Amino acid sequence: MSANQNILVKLKDAGFKINYKWLVQGVSLQVEKGKIVTLIGPNGSGKSTTAKIALGIYKKIEGTVEKFTNKVGYVPQKISIDWTLPLRVNDFMVLTEDLKSETIDEALSLTGVIHLKDKNLGDLSGGEFQRVLLARAISKKPDLLVLDEPVQGVDFTGEIALYELIKKICDEMNCGILLISHDLHTVMSATDHVVCLNGHVCCSGSPTDVVKNDEYKALFGEQASQILSRYEHKHDHIHTDEGKIKKN
Amino acid sequence: MFDDFFIRALVAGIGVALVTGPLGCFVVWRRLSYFGDTLAHSALLGVTLAFTMEFNIALSVFIISSLIALTLIQLQKRTNLPGDALLGLLAHSSLAVGLVVIGFLTFIRFDIMGLLFGDILAVTVDDLLIIWIGGAIILLILKLIWKPLFASTVNYELAEAEGLNPDRAKAIFTILMAAIIAISIKMVGLLLITGMLIIPAAMARNISTSPQKMVVYSIIGGLLSVILGLFSSLEFNTSSGPSIITAAFLLFIISLFKIKQTIKLKN
Repeated sequence: MSANQNILVKLKDAGFKINYKWLVQGVSLQVEKGKIVTLIGPNGSGKSTTAKIALGIYKKIEGTVEKFTNKVGYVPQKISIDWTLPLRVNDFMVLTEDLKSETIDEALSLTGVIHLKDKNLGDLSGGEFQRVLLARAISKKPDLLVLDEPVQGVDFTGEIALYELIKKICDEMNCGILLISHDLHTVMSATDHVVCLNGHVCCSGSPTDVVKNDEYKALFGEQASQILSRYEHKHDHIHTDEGKIKKN
Repeated sequence: MFDDFFIRALVAGIGVALVTGPLGCFVVWRRLSYFGDTLAHSALLGVTLAFTMEFNIALSVFIISSLIALTLIQLQKRTNLPGDALLGLLAHSSLAVGLVVIGFLTFIRFDIMGLLFGDILAVTVDDLLIIWIGGAIILLILKLIWKPLFASTVNYELAEAEGLNPDRAKAIFTILMAAIIAISIKMVGLLLITGMLIIPAAMARNISTSPQKMVVYSIIGGLLSVILGLFSSLEFNTSSGPSIITAAFLLFIISLFKIKQTIKLKN
């Protein structure tokens, strides 16, 4: 039990299909407190589906999913909000949970959009809206954060700052994060565990393990496998001619 | 005090407007106006059954409308027909069946105009009790499910992911819709009930910047429509339903000028 107390959500052989077509199959993973688990994979590989299985949005699934917390913050990849609603940023912040005004201000300041608090949600730019979405998810101080491409449309400097923020939140609030990202640089530098998907789990493990995996290279190409070296300055390996990694 | 039919009508109308205000906002936000129409049309069947079995009208309408709503949900799951076709199918079938049943009930004198367009003369003290107690229960339940219902109106997946159980909230809201139709049928009439839900809410949308404000303005709009409508109904000897809805429509037109102003201010 002692080892399990840190687990927030656990998927075992989970899969989901629509009209007899499997979107993703046989996914096993777990997110623990204070750890960042990242899903990577090409378009249509089932990353968002896996996140939705973990969140319990998809109910008719194969396999099992166990969620050990109800304090969840979610930043979806796509969000269609009906603009017939008169909705300000401030109203959106308390959508799923009532929060103190200071808590709202704090979260909006962290993601750099406090000045937009009284603006209508429909008047925000894509990047601004993305920052509000992230602020909303972190403001309720969740145990589990599920972030599906959380920085899409955010400017370059903002992107780095937001990923640093995500990492900081994970450490300070001891919150478990399930992250989906296309940005392999970030993934490899800040993640504890990587799951590489392509309709099923291709490979998984620590970033250092995953980049060595042949299936990873087949999916992302040779360049992607060298990505880690730019971030980890202590080299513990050399590259062979084929681009493979050879341990010293 | 309730001896005077006009006072009764006014008290009934105020009770109805207090409930249709907030409920109407959700009808507008969730694009349910045709759903409301369908339930209202099926109410005729409820009324005829109430007469046949000498049963309470409001209760009978509530039961039939709820059944129609549940049927609709089942049909949506089991057929490939689009939603609006199913709504039309149920609305007109239940209206037709209701009218056919009326044809058989030759032994009862039916005020069909009153049924379709509302009849303030017909409001009894019992009706007042039904409206105010029923209305209070509807508002209380709406307040309880407000958070999940509103969150899932904004985005279903966020509400579901963050543990708010939006499906349950939606099912409860459907029942509330049937209930409001049941209690307001005598005032507004079954052809115009949806107008009472949508028009004040649409007017409120034009002048509000937040969901809470929209609910408040929608209630105020509904109250003004009822008061204006009933007084003119008395003055010009018109049916109560059309008079109230016309008043609401006038308020809506006035609210359009407010939009023009805000657009001007922005530019």
